[in-house]
Amino acid sequence: MVYDYYPGCTLKSKASRFDISAVKAAEALGAEMREIPEWQCCGGVYPMACDEIAHRLPSVRALNEAKNNGRDLLTVCSACYHVLKSVNYDMKNSMDVRSKTNSYLEYEKEYKGETRVVHYLEMLRDDIGFDAVSEKVVNPLKELKIAPYYGCLILRPSKIIGFDDAENPVTMENFIKALGGDPVVYPFRNECCGGYAVAEDKAIAEKKSREIIECAKKHGADMMITACPLCMYNLKKYADIPIKYFTEILCEALGIEADGE
Amino acid sequence: MTEYDLSLEAIRMSGVYPERCMKCGKCSGACPSYGEMEYHPHQFVDMISKGRIKELMESDSIYKCLSCFVCVERCPRNVFPANIVEAVRTLSERRQGADRISPDTLTEFIDGDTPQQLLMAVMRKYSK
Ligand code: SF4
Ligand code: SF4
Repeated sequence: MVYDYYPGCTLKSKASRFDISAVKAAEALGAEMREIPEWQCCGGVYPMACDEIAHRLPSVRALNEAKNNGRDLLTVCSACYHVLKSVNYDMKNSMDVRSKTNSYLEYEKEYKGETRVVHYLEMLRDDIGFDAVSEKVVNPLKELKIAPYYGCLILRPSKIIGFDDAENPVTMENFIKALGGDPVVYPFRNECCGGYAVAEDKAIAEKKSREIIECAKKHGADMMITACPLCMYNLKKYADIPIKYFTEILCEALGIEADGE
Repeated sequence: MTEYDLSLEAIRMSGVYPERCMKCGKCSGACPSYGEMEYHPHQFVDMISKGRIKELMESDSIYKCLSCFVCVERCPRNVFPANIVEAVRTLSERRQGADRISPDTLTEFIDGDTPQQLLMAVMRKYSK
């Protein structure tokens, strides 16, 4: 299995351990992640205003590259996934965005949203299969109660993102089970941590993050996992239990050493 | 430009149809920033369709939206309230000198752990 890989800005810097662990674990599971050349940052947030064409270009360039390579476009970061998938939706469904973007890019063939955007968790769930992942586990995460934190971007809006049921997701819980761990189901798993608003108002991020952590702990969590470096940043400030990227516990279970920032 | 025209421009930018709203209030009921906002998501939808954009543009509520997409998820009429909040904020920031956070003030919140993703998001959300 070969994927075109879109790492995004943070995985190449502050969250390098997220990138390194993802690539190593994929390798062990028989999937090759080929980083696309000269990718540009997606912008971190999806440009909702339909006249913001320039802000959609980095995503479209990556999507078109994957299309030309005949491969799916794989991401690990929730935010990149959300942006790529939302822009891809526009390219498929908005005549206005599609035609303006294509007239600017002047590709030989129009890009019309053909590429499949895959989150790493979808790759594990749908392409490799959690059963096959389970078979490769050498250090089952026994006796660890792990609270999956979904946050917003990997789930919503579900009519566009389509990753899982946004109100009652199960993918990360099943992922934890596949690694031999015990998933903690708690109501705040899909609440917002405050996101980028931390820059504008630290108090709002603190309030939201504390509520999430307290809720996870109240339901018995020893540890939390996330797929988003910004959630990691907000939660980590207030957490007294470990918070890890989901690929880190995957490496642990598969017996793979992975380091990085 | 009249306030009504400005409102129409925001609606065009948002790409959504506020007139679909049936005023059920689900968006505001689920909004995690409800307590922080002077105007709530359903009011953005209502006021913009009545051409009352100025009060929204002048309110700090436009900076309190977290783009969590809960309102979009819960809306039974496909109104996409978050897109309307974003359009109002974007129009507000496109005015000269109206950046909420500029490259000069960007350093104020940065610490050793700040992810690049946050810097990018801030440049997109709080400045033009
Ligand atoms: S996207 Fe903004 S307005 Fe909508 S629910 Fe989230 S914080 Fe509230
Ligand atoms: S949820 Fe939708 S229909 Fe209900 S008040 Fe909000 S925008 Fe209107």
